[in-house]
Amino acid sequence: MNLKGRKICAGKAKGEAIVSNQGISFYGGVDPNTGIVVEKGHELEGKSIAGKILVFPQGKGSTVGSYTMYRLKKNGKAPLAIINKECETIVAVGAIISEIPCIDKIDISQIKTGQNLAVDAENGIVEVQ
Amino acid sequence: MKLTADEKKMLAGKHGNAVKKSMEILVALGEIFGAKRLIDVASVQVAGVSYHNLGDAGLEFLEELAKDGKVKVLTTLNPAGMDLENWKNLGISPEFAEKQKKVIDAFEKLGVVTTCTCTPYFVGNLPRFGEHIAWSESSAVAFSNSIIGAFTNKEGGPSALAAALTGKTPEYGLHLKENRQAQVLVNVKARLEGTRDFGALGYAIGKKIGTKIPLIKGIKKASIEELKNFSASIATYGGTGLYHIAGITPAKTQAPKEIVSIGESDIEAAKTALNDAVEGEIDLVAIGCPHCSIKELQNIAKLLKGKKVKKEIWICVARPVKSIADKMGYSKTIEESGAKFACDTCMAVAPLKGRFKGLATDSAKGCFYGRGSNSFKTKFCTMEECIQEAIE
Repeated sequence: MNLKGRKICAGKAKGEAIVSNQGISFYGGVDPNTGIVVEKGHELEGKSIAGKILVFPQGKGSTVGSYTMYRLKKNGKAPLAIINKECETIVAVGAIISEIPCIDKIDISQIKTGQNLAVDAENGIVEVQ
Repeated sequence: MKLTADEKKMLAGKHGNAVKKSMEILVALGEIFGAKRLIDVASVQVAGVSYHNLGDAGLEFLEELAKDGKVKVLTTLNPAGMDLENWKNLGISPEFAEKQKKVIDAFEKLGVVTTCTCTPYFVGNLPRFGEHIAWSESSAVAFSNSIIGAFTNKEGGPSALAAALTGKTPEYGLHLKENRQAQVLVNVKARLEGTRDFGALGYAIGKKIGTKIPLIKGIKKASIEELKNFSASIATYGGTGLYHIAGITPAKTQAPKEIVSIGESDIEAAKTALNDAVEGEIDLVAIGCPHCSIKELQNIAKLLKGKKVKKEIWICVARPVKSIADKMGYSKTIEESGAKFACDTCMAVAPLKGRFKGLATDSAKGCFYGRGSNSFKTKFCTMEECIQEAIE
């Protein structure tokens, strides 16, 4: 199955999906040294987003979150790619400065945690394998 | 989005890596928010300065940009994580100080004027009515849009820096006149006096209207200091980057249909909500969130004259504003009482977690950050009560 969206940051990635239906605040919500979600009560709390294709509706919280994404990347704990329903400023800027492929305008209800995905951000395509 | 020939060259990397990266950010944001073009900005205010928030990766990002990047317009800087000269006196570790200085060095290399204040309008970055600017720091955004009538979106640190390195920003949101009209009428019937009360008003309105643009009626008078604290509070607790106050702010707006009322009970409820410290829990008093004006320093000096403080008390201020207070002798009076100046920084961005238990402040925004990132209990009181708390 192929899903078509919009390029936010170009790049390609293949990997396993980790899906959340809740917004993610990178600043304060994700540990930049481990890639583990630490936001209290979040459905991904305790899970790692490192080396996965992270699928969630949109970012939230402080704009410092863009730098948190950059820290994740430098620490080797960033997601391989990001897929959003509606991308907003924090995640878009974070993806660009960290060079993480990013697509939005995807119907994320079609993707389940554990599925293998191939992301071609330049063309806005997510292949669910 | 349509780009000019020159902008296309910038995006293709013909003007270096820092400009390329910046254009990628601006174009992506422009596409997301439906901008038709980029416009020139007159000035920039950059947030994301404290090493506490940036970490080594953020520092590395800034140093990377500084290799070939230079700002194109007047660009000023938000507070750092410490007083750049007097950091030892505020209990900052030498390791943190070394990293923080490197952050400032990178900004200076980029050509940023390292004012290190959230009140750029007090130290020479003062836009005019109707001017397009690209500012981060939510309190300064609300102040410049509303009180001055300049046009800016709420930028984050990197997007503001991208605007500085190109002199441009995508034209969407609050850069367009049609998006600056009031969306909700707020009728205020309450007695308001001082920075604490106006902070409580910002909390009460912000909680009720969220990110909507209000037209506020019923405020007879308000000082710049009160409006500074109101801007910080409504942006923190609601999220709007623009408000109108009938008879006080300069822009014209239509009267919206939706109506909200704020009375004495809402103001009292806001004060109660921001007070959770019990007797004996306060071990830090901080004034100047946003940074103090010279009038506030004058007042603090009057209140502290001949007194001795028993608690740690920080007066947060931009260094150039303090230098006027030095000349006038206010600083000497303040420091003789044992109170400390925290120039270039504040209690919201300094690494204070674990050092104190309870914060007393006249700033509603200060309460938010005190509680959130630092896990302090807070006492939300007037400036006079803050001073009293420190002396007792």
